[in-house]
Amino acid sequence: MTDVVLDVVSAVLILAGAGFCLLSGIGLVRFPDTVSRLHAASKAQTLGVLLVVLGAVLQTPAGKAPSLLLIALFSLLTAPVTGHIVARIAYRTDAVERRRVVLDELATRLVDEHSPDDRRRDGGEPDDRRPDDREPPSPR
Amino acid sequence: MTTVANIALVLVSLAGLLAVGRLAAGPGALDRVVALDALVTLTVVGAVLGTLARSDTTTGYVLVVLSLLGFVGSIASARLIERREDMR
Repeated sequence: MTDVVLDVVSAVLILAGAGFCLLSGIGLVRFPDTVSRLHAASKAQTLGVLLVVLGAVLQTPAGKAPSLLLIALFSLLTAPVTGHIVARIAYRTDAVERRRVVLDELATRLVDEHSPDDRRRDGGEPDDRRPDDREPPSPR
Repeated sequence: MTTVANIALVLVSLAGLLAVGRLAAGPGALDRVVALDALVTLTVVGAVLGTLARSDTTTGYVLVVLSLLGFVGSIASARLIERREDMR
């Protein structure tokens, strides 16, 4: 009885995981730019691996399970790191299709953060001018 | 359980074929990095399913090493691409 339940549960988990892998493969081919392809690929790396490994763990004897669980743990740890680094480099090397981006908060943020740096790099002269700009309001 | 593992293996292999297609077509180098990373993951999933279908558990920690190598490889090649773009 419990064997049948275990089999059904692990079959559902494995098929769902394999389905996620297939979906992420389809997304990898169909999606328009690097960042959205990254989004599709990470589905296989987290949910796909996790579901298949959980389904397989239910079927293996307890002595063999740790290596499978290590695979799941490492893919959960490494997928976000890879995704973060690849997405950051994609943004910086202009691999992102700008006209598809609805809201780009990073662009305004980068402009805000870079402008003081650029002033400082110009020899510090604009930094000297800044207090002068502030002075006229104070006597009034 | 063997039939389930075989069906899942077919699905994962199809996903792997699609990833190879993106690897061949991908316009940028970063697309290829993403496709290769997905391909390594799909290989690991396929190997897990293969051990399940044939019910031998000899692969074991080889798959852990493979997934970690895929991680290191994609990080390294992504950083390489970043540096190459900086040179321009």
